[in-house]
Amino acid sequence: MLEILLYIQTGLCAFCLYRIIRGPTIADRMVGLDIFGILVVGICAILTILTGRTFILDIGIAWIILSFIGTITLAKYLENRKLNE
Amino acid sequence: MSDLTVIISTILIATGILFNLFGCVGLIRLPDVYNRLQSATKCVTLGTCSILLGVLLRYGFINTGIKALVAIPLLFFTATVAAHALAKGSYRFGIRLGEKSIHDDYKDEHDQDKKE
Repeated sequence: MLEILLYIQTGLCAFCLYRIIRGPTIADRMVGLDIFGILVVGICAILTILTGRTFILDIGIAWIILSFIGTITLAKYLENRKLNE
Repeated sequence: MSDLTVIISTILIATGILFNLFGCVGLIRLPDVYNRLQSATKCVTLGTCSILLGVLLRYGFINTGIKALVAIPLLFFTATVAAHALAKGSYRFGIRLGEKSIHDDYKDEHDQDKKE
């Protein structure tokens, strides 16, 4: 059962990839990247149960923070501001 | 770990993935950046929180479950703040609303910011 759910969750990443590749503007690509980061956290959580190796959940928590920093940086770049403002 | 706990945690994970699916369909189907951002961020954040809740139920309140519990508020705060920053940034970048959008609440504030 969990394997099927993992396959579905991984397949959802393809939707984000479609938006990243196809997106008409640069902001669409950033939205796809942001959502992709959150989906990977779900994959990490399911893999923790499936494999029983608990360090994968730590990778998920680190991924949340890195995805946040990346999205904030890209938003600042869109606003045309310096990173220390 | 009893059978009932496993069943409930699997149901929670399946519900989360259903929410993720709705969010990703919105990401594909909706017409402009702001609609996509709204749909995808809300649904995917809630769905991933549901998955983490399933992990918490599966492991109980020992170290791994507590890690999942810590990840839930972290995800809630960071994902929403990032989405707001992205929406504001793309408005300032000059991306207009879609053709079918009829109301723009942020316009006045944006114009005021520009004057200053």
